[in-house]
Amino acid sequence: MTELLVGTKKGLFRLEGDGADFEITARAFAGQSVEYAMRDPRTGRYLASVTSWFYGPRIWVTDDPTGDWEQAEGTVLPEGEEQALERLWVIVPGEAEGVLYAGGDPGPLYESRDGGLTWSLNEGLWNHPTRPDWNPGNGGLCLHTIAPWPGDPSRLLVAISAVGVWLSDDGGTTWRHSNHGIVPDYVPEDARDNPIQHCVHDVRRAPGRPERLFMQFHGGVYRSDDAGASWIDVGDGLPSDFGFPIVVDPADPDSAYVIPLIGAEDRTPPEGAVRVWETRDGGETWTARGDGLPERAYLTILREAFDSAGEGTGLELYFGATSGEVFGSADAGASWRQVADHLPPVYSVRTA
Amino acid sequence: MAQVTLRAPLSELCGGRTHAIAGATVREVLVALEREHPPIAGWVLDEQGRIREHVNVFVNGIPGEERTRVADGDRLHVLPAITGG
Repeated sequence: MTELLVGTKKGLFRLEGDGADFEITARAFAGQSVEYAMRDPRTGRYLASVTSWFYGPRIWVTDDPTGDWEQAEGTVLPEGEEQALERLWVIVPGEAEGVLYAGGDPGPLYESRDGGLTWSLNEGLWNHPTRPDWNPGNGGLCLHTIAPWPGDPSRLLVAISAVGVWLSDDGGTTWRHSNHGIVPDYVPEDARDNPIQHCVHDVRRAPGRPERLFMQFHGGVYRSDDAGASWIDVGDGLPSDFGFPIVVDPADPDSAYVIPLIGAEDRTPPEGAVRVWETRDGGETWTARGDGLPERAYLTILREAFDSAGEGTGLELYFGATSGEVFGSADAGASWRQVADHLPPVYSVRTA
Repeated sequence: MAQVTLRAPLSELCGGRTHAIAGATVREVLVALEREHPPIAGWVLDEQGRIREHVNVFVNGIPGEERTRVADGDRLHVLPAITGG
């Protein structure tokens, strides 16, 4: 049984199924934007980041998604800032017991030490001396990627659009930016010296080889073999250098999956053909996987709307679209089927 | 005391639609409301003390803002704006 938590413009949907046939078994936060929802595998607790158009963003937690949710505390900006928290983009379990991280707009990183009920701002990143120079991307100044190092709570990677990658080796006390090798070709060549103008879209770490990371950038797909210290372009062979999410097979550190979109203002699949592109050699070559996916569909797959379950030959892949459909593969991308439709625009998909 | 009237979901968070709250300005009344009903903290006023963009507060039927003066017996209505999508 696979559980999918689908965050949409109009609430959270829980889908349950066997990899092929799914049904909606719970809905929560009707009418509100659910940017992200996940289930902490350590506790079974569900956490959702929800933005009320009227009443602002907050995290909610529950042990039963068919029952009541409890609002968490502490996801606010310090008093005296010019603005309030706009949105919470992502929630990720940490490596230390009870620790979770959350990221949001305009760039805050929050940490919880009680399983998600109370949160505090990471002061080291928020007070970084470069912060006045951080600029937002189209989606805001969003801290959207949080990648802990398996087994080592002291090492953490986060990414902010359009700032770039940040690394910490001391549990988040101090931070350094790390965008070496990434080419921001959306600025003139003579303006590319700025080390923090990088519109990173998503980063995933290979759990079996934690120094190996894959990145979907605003223009290009990159790989790091040195824990994010440097990045190399591995996007040759893809039909577009643009896309939002990236996924890896936990069993294979040479694997990555992307969903190319036409960049600039379009952000739909090239020629309308929805395809998931797979590499099994670290990005040297890419192969389109589209058996069962639409041939003509002008939809957008957002950053958090692609996830996996299992690994190896049993790898399941799921992604949702702004058209309200969710597609799934139970055979590592070889074949696909629609597992849900007529949902509100999908913002996030996470397996549980 | 001002009489503060809320609608769902705010009324659910505060355990009722109407509340007698003391305060000399709209902000003071809303801060006092948060103090009496902590679950509503951050819902009407953001963490910078500003009324959220898509929330309207009326004082005796007239649109108010944070600094609007409030007198004993005034009626405050807190409503979602006619916005959204």
